Amino acid sequence: MDRELRKPGTGTDKVGPPRVALRNNPKVRSTFYQVVVLLLVLACAYAFTVNASANLRAQGFASGFGFLGNTAGFGINQTLIAYSETDTYGRVFLVGLLNTLLVAVIGCAFATILGFIIGLARLSPNWLIARLGGAYVEAIRNLPLLFQILFWYLAVLGAMPAPRNSIGLGLQPILTAIGDAFAGLGLPAATVEVWRSLANWVGPPDVYINNRGVILPQPLLGEGFEWVAIAFGVAVLAAVVLRIVARRRLDATGRTFPAGWIGLALIVGLPLAVLFALGVPLGFEHPQLRGFNFVGGVRLIPELVALLVALITYTAAFIAEVVRGGVLAVPRGQSEAAQALGLRRGPILRLIIVPQALRVIVPPLTNQYLNLTKNSSLAVAIGYPDLFAVFAGTTLNQTHQAIEIIAITMAVYLTISLVTSIMMNWYNARMRLSER
Amino acid sequence: METAFVRRELIAPLPPPLATRGLLGFVRWRLFGGVLNTVLTLVGLVLLLLLVPPAVRFLLIDAVWSGSSRADCLTETLGRPVGACWPFIFAKFRQFMYGFYPEAEQWRVNLTYALGVALLIPLLIPRAPYKTLNAVAFFGVFPVVAFFLLVGGVFGLPHVETRYWGGMLVSLVITFTGIIGSLPLGVMLALGRASKLPIVRMLCVIFIEFWRGVPLITVLFFATYMLPLFLPGNWRFDPLARVLVGVVLFAGAYMAEVIRGGMQAVPRGQYEGAMALGLGYWRMMGFVVLPQALKYAIPAMVNSFIALFKDTTLVLIVSIFDLLGQLRAAFADPNWATPVTLFTGFAFAGIFYFLISFAMSRYALYTERRLDTGARR
Repeated sequence: MDRELRKPGTGTDKVGPPRVALRNNPKVRSTFYQVVVLLLVLACAYAFTVNASANLRAQGFASGFGFLGNTAGFGINQTLIAYSETDTYGRVFLVGLLNTLLVAVIGCAFATILGFIIGLARLSPNWLIARLGGAYVEAIRNLPLLFQILFWYLAVLGAMPAPRNSIGLGLQPILTAIGDAFAGLGLPAATVEVWRSLANWVGPPDVYINNRGVILPQPLLGEGFEWVAIAFGVAVLAAVVLRIVARRRLDATGRTFPAGWIGLALIVGLPLAVLFALGVPLGFEHPQLRGFNFVGGVRLIPELVALLVALITYTAAFIAEVVRGGVLAVPRGQSEAAQALGLRRGPILRLIIVPQALRVIVPPLTNQYLNLTKNSSLAVAIGYPDLFAVFAGTTLNQTHQAIEIIAITMAVYLTISLVTSIMMNWYNARMRLSER
Repeated sequence: METAFVRRELIAPLPPPLATRGLLGFVRWRLFGGVLNTVLTLVGLVLLLLLVPPAVRFLLIDAVWSGSSRADCLTETLGRPVGACWPFIFAKFRQFMYGFYPEAEQWRVNLTYALGVALLIPLLIPRAPYKTLNAVAFFGVFPVVAFFLLVGGVFGLPHVETRYWGGMLVSLVITFTGIIGSLPLGVMLALGRASKLPIVRMLCVIFIEFWRGVPLITVLFFATYMLPLFLPGNWRFDPLARVLVGVVLFAGAYMAEVIRGGMQAVPRGQYEGAMALGLGYWRMMGFVVLPQALKYAIPAMVNSFIALFKDTTLVLIVSIFDLLGQLRAAFADPNWATPVTLFTGFAFAGIFYFLISFAMSRYALYTERRLDTGARR
């Protein structure tokens, strides 16, 4: 470059961009490199395609998505939609996807609750509680998730008694146990009797656990229950509108309006009012032990229970760290300034601390939701029929359509990830705008 | 006239109130300060009582330490409650460590471990000398040596097929290969993602987001079932090697994001300074940016190594039996079928995984603190 600039005879008074050799021109160079990279990638893709089609021809497998219409011919032990062995692989895909989403939704909800509890426990001024929270996080985070899933499935649920000796989860067994403990300590019979009669008064528990899973009471929806659901929807809508109106009024006039509380009252109250107006069209079918098994109630298969317990406890440990980090990220000065402004403890938390902490918490929290959803594919190790197990597992084994099936499975998880990250980018952009 | 009183010497300071300092104050304020606090402490104590004594009883007090079969770990033969059945672990220990690696050749595995540890320890101590030489030996020479030692087939060492490998050996091989492979891949992807060339950047973003968006199992299935189809039909491809390829691609994408984080921590002035000195792109990155970026990224890197180590357990789903897989296989042995076998096995594997992951996370914390003091403003 330098040499050319100094070349005698070419210099005029014109000041323009220095003339350089073509190979040193940044634009040419970058285009050249990119074309090379692109060609390399395309060449790889081409070679893969050629190899794949040659290999498939050699093995005698048809390619394409036609297999989705074939009969699956295997049963699935948990289906949210009607399914039988004569249904197609396409239906299998749908069943698996719904099972994955079921685990993801329940898991995220409970992991959030547990995670917040443990995260706040770690911040507690109480030394013991903070230490216990820390021990929980360290223990859970340093053990592989698959280890934990297998532990819950094989060691804990596998060690549960047979259905006829099911363990009841409720107040009655606890009260009876306290009564027994009192009796064991040799306390007066009257005190023992108090606990036993309390236990009798509470009645048998509604939740049972045994080696075939967990049995819960089944809600029975009566005539007209859909009106309650409609009322709920209307109440949510009304609460949202109320909030927007209140916000506008606050911006315009500066007068506050307790939209949050009234909205909450609406959401809770309106469906309840409709429920009672219709004469409570809702009942519970309580599980009862008849002979060797339970009659009534819903049974959660042990695979689902083990997977959920493992995913919830595992993800909660990570969420706890996210929550702790978020709260610690709000500088002390913020709450001190709020105190100086004369705000009380409640409003300080609600208006100053939580919004700022949430801004830090929400993006990694969504990341954890995503991790939970992806980790739910470990279900295949214990035989819970999620998308991966029934589709990339059983269906792949039966049809040998490796490329199509793995591509579809990856595409599903990718879509979930991409949608979440798009939403996160939107959220982050919104939060950044409100920063200054 | 002397009316004013002026004290000439200082009064000795009063001792602090007894109840706010020392053990008493600690107990009073951190454990029993207020109703809620007291309730929480009691709840915590109950939790501790429910967890710790049974665990200690199971692992130590009630545990069986010697025996040769299930009969030695049964309540009926011992006539007392039985805790952990450690003879089960002793009997299966070789299987847990080496899988079915031939017993006569297991010294090769041990030698590899010894070499790795001998090279790793000075690398982890910041003050140990010859860092560059050490790093080259660990990341460059050691993998080659380990490969020939473990696989064999040269220098008179018998060839050991990977299907005989198992247990902790496989866990460590996968973790180590993942680490070694993901570092260069991660650096390249991170550079590509930060590059000004739009096509290169786009390709890198697609690659990274693709692998980060799918679960590791799908990657392992991809590597096991799909990868062989993409290669020419006459290529024989070892199952363990396929898994390793999948793990490296997966870990590389995560590593790229970690390194990108480190690159973002390098101040803009460093880039500008390097450019002002007339360094080209590769020299700027190689001599100025990356050394700093990698240093900033060490804690996050170690954390992603921990995740990788924990994730190696997933290979049991594609029928490669790492420690967890061997454990599961050992549970099926009727010679050791007792009510406590499962809990014993899980206790052993849990302690093993916990110790390694915990040690790594402490190291990450240590480097973080060490780097923090340098960069803090």
